Amino acid sequence: MAEATALWISGHLAEKIRAHGAETYPHECCGALLGRDSNAVLESDRGRDTLTPAREILQLFPLVNRRDDSPRNRFSVTAEDVLTAEKAARAQGLEVVGWYHSHPDHPARPSEYDRDHAWPWYSYIIVSVRNGAPQDMTSWRLNDDRAEFSAEGIEIRHQAAV
Amino acid sequence: MPVKVMIPSPLRPYAGKRDSAEFVARTVGEALGHLTTEFADLRKHLFTEDGKLRSFVNVYVNDEDIRYLAKENTPTKDGDTISIIPSIAGGVRT
Repeated sequence: MAEATALWISGHLAEKIRAHGAETYPHECCGALLGRDSNAVLESDRGRDTLTPAREILQLFPLVNRRDDSPRNRFSVTAEDVLTAEKAARAQGLEVVGWYHSHPDHPARPSEYDRDHAWPWYSYIIVSVRNGAPQDMTSWRLNDDRAEFSAEGIEIRHQAAV
Repeated sequence: MPVKVMIPSPLRPYAGKRDSAEFVARTVGEALGHLTTEFADLRKHLFTEDGKLRSFVNVYVNDEDIRYLAKENTPTKDGDTISIIPSIAGGVRT
C-alpha cells in the first residue's frame, strides 16, 4: 500500500504552471518544482499516529522542452538542465523536489511513458490543457516498486507553511 | 583512496539517506555494482530488468559523461567522483 503524500503550493504558483501550459499549447511545457519537505502537521492528521508526509513548493524554474521532434506528446529535461535547476534551488536554500509538465488535449493523468521514465521521491505535477485552456492539475509520486504512481493531494495555500 | 559516488536526491531514501558513498573500484560498472549491492533497493531505479542503465540515468566521471567514454567499462582511479545525474522525461503518448 503506497503512502499518501501532500503537496502545498500557492495559488500564484499554481496559476503560473497553468499559464505555462497554455503558453506552449499545443506543445508540452515543463519545469522544475523548487521547495522542501515540511515537518508541519496537517490539520487532518491531528491526533493520528501516522502523519502524511508533506512538501511545499516555493518557486518554479520553467524550462524549455528539449523534445523538438515530438513536443506535442513528449517532454524532455536534459541532465544539464537538471543541474541548472538544482543550482538555482540551492541559491535560494531550496531543492528540486519535483517537475511539472502539461498534457495537451489529454487528461491530467500520468501515461505509461511517464511512469516508465519517472524517478521515485520527486513530485510530478501534470496540468491538462484543452484547446489552449488549462484544466485539471494533479500531482503524483512513483511508488517504490515502480509499478504505478500514487496521487498526491494538492493543497493551494495563501502563504508558505512553517 | 577509493572512488566517491554521488547519489541524487530522489535515490537517497534508498541509500540510507546518504548523499554519497565510497567504494574501491576499477571501473564505473564496478562502482555501481558495489553501490547496488550495498543498497539493493537502488537497483531497480538505476537498471532495467535486463541489467542495462536506464535511459534517464546519466553517469559522469568527474565532469565526463560515460556515454562518450567507455560507458560502464570506463576506468576509474583513486579520488575520482562518479555522479549520477537524472534527466527527466515524460509525455502524454503511451
